[in-house]
Amino acid sequence: MLKLVVCLKQVPMVSELPWDPKTGTLQRDLAEGMMNPDCRSALDAALRLREGRGGKITVITMGPPMAEEVLREAIALGADRGVLLTDRKMAGADTAATSYTLARAIQKTCPGFDLVLCGSSTSDSETAQVGPQLAEELDVPGVAYVDELEIAGRTVRMRRRADNFLETLEMELPGLVTLTSGFYAPRHVPLGGLQEAFAGADIVSLDAAALGIDPERVGAKGSATKILNVYSPTAGKKNVVLTGAPKWIVQQLFERFEDKIGGAIGKDLKMDGK
Amino acid sequence: MAKKRGIWVFGDYRNYFQNRITLQLLSRARELAAKIDAEVCAVVFGHWTDEWVDDALSHNPTFCGVVGEYIAHGADKVYLTDHPRLAAYSMETYAVLMERLAKREKPEMILIGATAFGREFAPRVAKRLGTGLTADCIGLDINPEGLLVQMAPSFGGNLIAEILTPERRPQIATVRPGTFQEIPHDYVRTGKVVKVPLPKDLTADRVRLVRSERLPQREQKLEDAKVVVCGGRGLGSKKKFAKLSELAELLGGEVGATRPVVYADWIDHDALVGQAGKQIRPQILFSFGISGAIQHTAACNGAKFVIAVNKNPNAAMMKQADVAVVADASQVCTTLIQELKRRIR
Ligand SMILES: Cc1cc2nc3c(=O)[nH]c(=O)nc-3n(C[C@H](O)[C@H](O)[C@H](O)COP(=O)(O)OP(=O)(O)OC[C@H]3O[C@@H](n4cnc5c(N)ncnc54)[C@H](O)[C@@H]3O)c2cc1C
Ligand SMILES: Nc1ncnc2c1ncn2[C@@H]1O[C@H](COP(=O)(O)O)[C@@H](O)[C@H]1O
Repeated sequence: MLKLVVCLKQVPMVSELPWDPKTGTLQRDLAEGMMNPDCRSALDAALRLREGRGGKITVITMGPPMAEEVLREAIALGADRGVLLTDRKMAGADTAATSYTLARAIQKTCPGFDLVLCGSSTSDSETAQVGPQLAEELDVPGVAYVDELEIAGRTVRMRRRADNFLETLEMELPGLVTLTSGFYAPRHVPLGGLQEAFAGADIVSLDAAALGIDPERVGAKGSATKILNVYSPTAGKKNVVLTGAPKWIVQQLFERFEDKIGGAIGKDLKMDGK
Repeated sequence: MAKKRGIWVFGDYRNYFQNRITLQLLSRARELAAKIDAEVCAVVFGHWTDEWVDDALSHNPTFCGVVGEYIAHGADKVYLTDHPRLAAYSMETYAVLMERLAKREKPEMILIGATAFGREFAPRVAKRLGTGLTADCIGLDINPEGLLVQMAPSFGGNLIAEILTPERRPQIATVRPGTFQEIPHDYVRTGKVVKVPLPKDLTADRVRLVRSERLPQREQKLEDAKVVVCGGRGLGSKKKFAKLSELAELLGGEVGATRPVVYADWIDHDALVGQAGKQIRPQILFSFGISGAIQHTAACNGAKFVIAVNKNPNAAMMKQADVAVVADASQVCTTLIQELKRRIR
């Protein structure tokens, strides 16, 4: 019997994210939510471990009330119960505040857990920091960027590729791993399961008070980093437009941007004396 | 005399790319240090790392001596813990060493390469020090208050966030390889080496490395190229697309492609630039017949100067270009080749 915890995050569907070609900004608020791809791997890994060993899978997410959708999806895929952490105070959390909140919630709702599984990184914030920081908060051994894992007795054996090394690592439970999208196959929600997950799913919703955590350490307040501003790197680029015969255009390119082109290729492209 | 504030660079030297990112960070650290009157320190944990230190300081171009190498590339000081126990990279142990050293020396900033190791190591160090961390930065600067401005991409590079760590110290960032240019080595430069002994109470790492196999060095031609010539469906045919190789060769660059092009088999899948392919950051990007879908452009945002050729002046790619050429892609490519041949002697 394994006591497994999977941390899931709902992210906007980036490939279908509407964006304004004029300003180059993404219209985040219009986006549909989906389960972060690496989190899907983490859930799949948990389901496989349970197949072999038996056990219970708790899925947990921190986010707006709408994030409950990913918990239901996970339950439809086979998770046993869901924990939704939702609270205005938790909004705007950086990775330190997020990992603090998740750690306290795991300790409260899953005492005596064996393994926590996270995605390696999220497609929206892409920090890949929550997993390692959560391991620190829980004070358990942790390994990131895991492609494959197996458990024998109390020993977890993991394989990963990191910085040109193919590594095999081991640790004793309890522990934490973050999974890449690498090896796990996507699962499809069975229709019956979906209905069930929406009807009678075992989901609890907790806020900061219910968790009994330090409100100074969650959300934007508990974050050491502050976002100064967000911009599109390409918006508002002032460009030069060239039209005409190819020959003329190419002449213009060299006349006006010879230094840029020559500089990049490390050659003098001036036609001196001509 | 008051102690100088420190900008630290984690010495990640396991292989060529990691060492390069460390040298790149030392270079940027020097520029940042000049703005806040700080000293640049490299932090090295390992074994046999200082083997060549004295030689390196007296013009030894040998690669093995990381300590000498870091001084030659800009470090004023190197903190060094050298011990057989550190022969292999070990996450927990390295995090403890960094935590203790930082608590003692109180650096202003710690810069860490965004390698797989760095991106797992940095969050642990930040958590232990109770400070903030920004991941995978593609730019660093100092604001008027002397704070580190950390530029981090999100949404696959479609947005850039400028992040500060206003109160907590140190300010920590991981930085994407290739963001900065290393400064050439200077083996006459001198620096100070501070030897830090391994703490006596260090416990064994709870994660054991059972096996580690070095994979063949990944070539990063496209990712590292100074010039990239990218082509899309607008080039019209495999034959016309092939011309890009000739252009790239003249420019000393590499060829990239969009998804329809690799699907049509005009070029190998390796050349794919985008969300599903490679991330590029050339000094100059030539873009031929590419519409500029977000899945492609998100990987091109690091390009310093973009010249786009498209029949359609309103294509998204054209809006992002420094020079938007409204013309037939293939014709411009051919003409460019002719002109370059005339100019390059
Ligand atoms: C999940 C997902 C991931 C994806 N990942 C990637 C990725 O990694 N990389 C990638 O590239 N794409 C990716 N795509 C596909 C992407 O959305 C675009 O479809 C693709 O980039 C378009 O390629 P293109 O610009 O070559 O072709 P098109 O969009 O067909 O554009 C061709 C352009 O050529 C111009 N043109 C036509 N004739 C000429 C001419 N004679 N001279 C000059 N210009 C001409 C046209 O005006 C047009 O702008 C992904 C899509 C999805 C959904
Ligand atoms: N708000 C959240 N709720 C639950 N899990 C999260 C949350 N944010 C991050 N995680 C977990 O941490 C992983 C890495 O996230 P990130 O550090 O944001 O790239 C994700 O794949 C999740 O497993």
